Amino acid sequence: MLESSKESLKLEAMKRVVGLIAKGKNASELFPAVVKNVANKNLELKKLVYVYLVRYAEEQQDLALLSISTFQRALKDPNQLIRASALRVLSSIRVPIIVPIMMLAIKEAASDLSPYVRKTAAHAIQKLYSLDADQKDHLIEVIEKLLKDKSTLVAGSVVMAFEEVCPDRIDLIHRNYRKLCNLLMDVEEWGQVVIISMLTRYARTQFISPNEMLRDTNSEKAFYESDEEKRKSAEETKPYAMDPDHRLLLRSTKPLLQSRNTAVVMSVAQLYWHLAPKHEVNIITKSLVRLLRSHREVQYIVLQNIATMSIQRKGMFEPFMKSFYVRSTDATHIKTLKLEILTNLANEANISTVLREFQTYVKSQDKAFAAATIQAIGRCATNISEITDTCLNGLVLLLSNRDETVVAESVVVIRKLLQTQPSEHSDIIKHMAKLFDNITVPMARASILWLIGEYCEHVPKIAPDVLRKMAKTFHNEEDIVKLQTVSLAAKLYLTNSKQTKLLTQYILNLGKYDQNYDIRDRTRFIRQLIVPSERGGALSKYARRILLAPKPAPVLQSAFKDRDRFQLGTLSHTLNSKATGYLELSDWPPMAPDQSVRNVEVAEAVSRSTLAFDSDEGPKNGHSCEAGSRSGSGSGSSEESSSEASESDSESSSDSDSGTEQKKQSEAKPAQKVRRSSGDGLVSVCDRVCVCVCQQLSSPVFVPVHTYELLHRMTGKGLAAQYHFSRQPCIYDDRMISVQLTFSNNGDHTLENIHISEKTSAGQNIHCFSPIECLEPEKSVTVSMGVDFNDSTQAASFQLCTKAEGFNVSIQPAVGELLLPVTMSEQDFSKEQGKLQGMNESSATIAMTPESITSQPLHRKVVNMANVGVVPSGQNNVHRYQITKLVSSGALVLVCVVQKDSGAQLTVNTEKTIIGSMLLRELQTVLSAP
Amino acid sequence: MIHSLFLINNAGDIFLEKHWKSVISRSVCDYFFEAQEKAMEPDNVPPVIRTPHHYLINIYRDKIFFVSVIQTEVPPLFVIEFLHRVAEMFQDYFGDCSEVAIKDNVVIVYELLEEMLDNGFPLATESNILKELIKPPTILRSMVNSITGSSNVGETLPTGQLSTVPWRRAGVKYTNNEAYFDVVEEIDAILDKSGTTVFAEIQGVIDACVKLSGMPDLTLSFMNPRLLDDVSFHPCVRFKRWESERVLSFIPPDGNFRLMSYHVNAQNLVAIPVYVRQNISFFESGSSGRLDITLGPKQTMGKTVECVVVTVHMPKVVLNANLTATQGNYTYDPVTKILVWDIGKLNQQKLPNLKGSLSLQSGAPKPEENPSLNIDLKIQQLAISGLKVNRLDMYGEKYKPFKGVKYVTKVFR
Repeated sequence: MLESSKESLKLEAMKRVVGLIAKGKNASELFPAVVKNVANKNLELKKLVYVYLVRYAEEQQDLALLSISTFQRALKDPNQLIRASALRVLSSIRVPIIVPIMMLAIKEAASDLSPYVRKTAAHAIQKLYSLDADQKDHLIEVIEKLLKDKSTLVAGSVVMAFEEVCPDRIDLIHRNYRKLCNLLMDVEEWGQVVIISMLTRYARTQFISPNEMLRDTNSEKAFYESDEEKRKSAEETKPYAMDPDHRLLLRSTKPLLQSRNTAVVMSVAQLYWHLAPKHEVNIITKSLVRLLRSHREVQYIVLQNIATMSIQRKGMFEPFMKSFYVRSTDATHIKTLKLEILTNLANEANISTVLREFQTYVKSQDKAFAAATIQAIGRCATNISEITDTCLNGLVLLLSNRDETVVAESVVVIRKLLQTQPSEHSDIIKHMAKLFDNITVPMARASILWLIGEYCEHVPKIAPDVLRKMAKTFHNEEDIVKLQTVSLAAKLYLTNSKQTKLLTQYILNLGKYDQNYDIRDRTRFIRQLIVPSERGGALSKYARRILLAPKPAPVLQSAFKDRDRFQLGTLSHTLNSKATGYLELSDWPPMAPDQSVRNVEVAEAVSRSTLAFDSDEGPKNGHSCEAGSRSGSGSGSSEESSSEASESDSESSSDSDSGTEQKKQSEAKPAQKVRRSSGDGLVSVCDRVCVCVCQQLSSPVFVPVHTYELLHRMTGKGLAAQYHFSRQPCIYDDRMISVQLTFSNNGDHTLENIHISEKTSAGQNIHCFSPIECLEPEKSVTVSMGVDFNDSTQAASFQLCTKAEGFNVSIQPAVGELLLPVTMSEQDFSKEQGKLQGMNESSATIAMTPESITSQPLHRKVVNMANVGVVPSGQNNVHRYQITKLVSSGALVLVCVVQKDSGAQLTVNTEKTIIGSMLLRELQTVLSAP
Repeated sequence: MIHSLFLINNAGDIFLEKHWKSVISRSVCDYFFEAQEKAMEPDNVPPVIRTPHHYLINIYRDKIFFVSVIQTEVPPLFVIEFLHRVAEMFQDYFGDCSEVAIKDNVVIVYELLEEMLDNGFPLATESNILKELIKPPTILRSMVNSITGSSNVGETLPTGQLSTVPWRRAGVKYTNNEAYFDVVEEIDAILDKSGTTVFAEIQGVIDACVKLSGMPDLTLSFMNPRLLDDVSFHPCVRFKRWESERVLSFIPPDGNFRLMSYHVNAQNLVAIPVYVRQNISFFESGSSGRLDITLGPKQTMGKTVECVVVTVHMPKVVLNANLTATQGNYTYDPVTKILVWDIGKLNQQKLPNLKGSLSLQSGAPKPEENPSLNIDLKIQQLAISGLKVNRLDMYGEKYKPFKGVKYVTKVFR
């Protein structure tokens, strides 16, 4: 049916295939038949094919490659929905070979006009990262760019990508911090969760603790300290003023407590818990209690978090104690959690109400819960000393309960309680000894035996009697009871040997022949210890001290005691163990890090040229980094492409505060992408613009840097200069080509005032770099300058001067560097090519080895040689269309490589025939080289 | 984030699986089955289960387990909330979220899941947007589709996804413009044996059904907004105006949605609309017991109490019940030990009464605790907290809509 020509049939078939996938059946053998339909026009069929493809591409990598070209074409589609879905599927196909293609597509999409596509790009980042972690550096670059995005749609996704790829690069957040806080309210709810948890971590590293100052600064102590320390503590005591950014975060998240999404509420709650000053945390209580009305699973998580909070701050939840009363319809794990919280909240004032509640719970039909209640009572009793007696009496009453688990639990709890204060309670022990006959649960029996043994001095009459009974039933008892019997016997032997000597020996004899080796061991050990024999006896002197040493009382404490080491609301917190990928919440820094990193300079010149589009963005979220270089960008030209070009360029070259980093960046990645102006308001306009302005500047492709020598250090007397073409649109003038110069001082003295003095060559316009004041030895500095070569390969020569000397140097442009890439669709390309026939066309055939014909190496070679852009091609044999624009004249240069059997047909079309032929020649040599 | 999703029915069959990243074998569900077995009842299955390599987060809804597989740290509530949204979306699309409905519409389910998550991160969860992307199935449409061969996948990008009001689609048109608001309040109370209130609170929601053309901007104000103590809103509500003026100002989504939910601050003043006199006793000798329950109205402000249902979870030893009801009828399920007494309308003059004997398992000790009673009821045209909608104004559009408000008070547990 998939092969059928009728679409409805195909659709039907595809639906069945998807049905198979859904059931988990293997449908992979249909792969070839399905992939054929990937280019189908029917949208539903297409979607189903996508579903199929994503499911099976990993298993059938070779076949999956067939579909790639379709997606690449779809990436250029004017419809943003199609662009986005193509990127989604392309990035979901987990085939390692296409990593470079994905990378390219992500970069392209990250600067797409549609925020929806940019959102998809942010998602694709994570996918690519999980496929190939080596791309991390490039991906971080894209993330950095997307973080600057002002669309609420993108924010959530890109922060998610940030968390996945580079959660430690906190420096990327600085500049976007305030923007994220302000946008938070409007971000979609899932994004809110992610952003809030990221900001929590961020704030923990950037702000100082608001509660720190509450700690008493003991002035007396300071008196004895040295002067310096005193001064320091004086500094500490100065009133705490919250960082305005910290305040901003708290303020902007507060309304989200009212969200309908429980996850959002929880994440705000944890943010307040971890970040807010103590007196402000209380506002989250009400919202958390509200969440308890939600689904069972939500209750479970929220209760867990409340349990942790209630240990540290009882007061927070005390007014809402009644909300934690257990209902008979609750699931068991919810009941136990509520119990936990109630226990944590109990104090002197409310204990009577709590205990009354507990009394009801003990009678519950859910026995596991009843047992938990008894433990809770035990904990209350230890925590609040006033009620210990009441609790004990209540528990003793429970001993007559008919249910075994309840009795056992009570005995165990009583034992723990008695251990804390044994002396006054001999009557209870007596009572328990009386009950001993009726209790059958081994754990309870063992506990009673232990109690009697431990406190046999308080009950001198009963103890031997119990032992006597035990001797009778010894062989029927459980192991644990037998062990305790042996211990009891030993203890009695030591305290009351007159009465129990025979009994003890009898029991020890019984134990000696027991089936269980633990019991045999214990028996032998006890016998050696207490019964004096001729040989040993060294230990028996200490037997009394060994056996009857006072034992520390067990501590009854909450299971949630140590949970606060995990960030609230996280999976790790729920499981109480570290989950994979859990990010530690760092402690507050002792001193506040520099606040100014978050400052965003408001540039007045911001987007004067683009103002027509994005009036609603206003200067408030200003383009942070244009400030410096904007002045040089000439007149705000009205042509869109040029304004974009200047914007992107200024962006790349003006990370003003971090000089070194900027240098690193510009060296490593010479080809910064052109950033299209972005923003919500733009979208509707720009979608249309996108169609009519066909010649947009497109992003140059990443290539290794070719550096050329300008001045050798020998001739330059220590000063060495190198240059390379950065392939960025020039910031100074549209017609110029930007050249990056790197000066390094190899001499042993400082060079001062490096500048360009005279421009010798005629007709070439050079925009000089600003003079370098001084250059220390072993240092180097990079500057950029613009040269208008007039579309010729004639060298630009000028004199490079230092304070002392001048050197004549020249920059020789390669023909490939005279070009700027532009984007164009395939149709437009063909149209333009048609216009440039005849003498404007020059072509050649190249012989090539088969392996170099495949698109990747071919593409790389061309791109290395010339600054060109790529036009997506539908035909497989027509490999690459390259299209460029001459910088000075703006004339088009079209390059086309058509793959043949044993080589390639290379065609260059341009008005400037000289450039055309030169380019052809160069390309020929590059491509035919192995 | 969310790696895979398995839907499992009560019988333990995995009837749907979906992977957003690489495929995870369904054998991972064995850990879930293990936990399920241990928990005995579906309600007791822990929501978060740890396995050696993955974490399973599950919800149980409408007799289906939604089990999601997680590999790395993620807020568990995030996943739980999302799974509930998925279930709600199914309900919205297919009328009910049952195994049959999902199996019948497996393709739509798959398309939905594909749109809702991208690489495990929620993409579109607003029902308005999804409905534009994938049209819900109707009988008419499926017939048209089968004849014309057209699809039920939207051709265009939902406008909502890009606009500042992502929850509303553009170009809505109705001939009758209507807006209905249901104020539903629930009393949640625990009474002790003698009938005194241990704990009571009122939770309310305002559900809206708005069918208005264009982009209406609505403002809803209350007579007594001060009653509302703690509120949570649909994202469409402008929070600033609520804070300053205590009015709800919003551009509504199209169709049904929950506008807000609130909590009424009246901890001890809640008027319980009914009273119960109950007497359940088990005799020490002989295996039988007696049961006598009487219900009566109290503080109902002149409205009739409807749909009264009393549910009693009997102790395990109760074998059968032989009762007579003066009104309504009762059923006793000996397997689950649940006694249900459906009364219906509560009559002022003749109070309903249920009386009779219980037969117990012979030889078993008598249960030490009396079972607890759950009472469900409903009162029309009354919001028990006294909350009243003052007025609804519309701006931004020219037509005059039909407006309606309904009040209901419920007790459900």
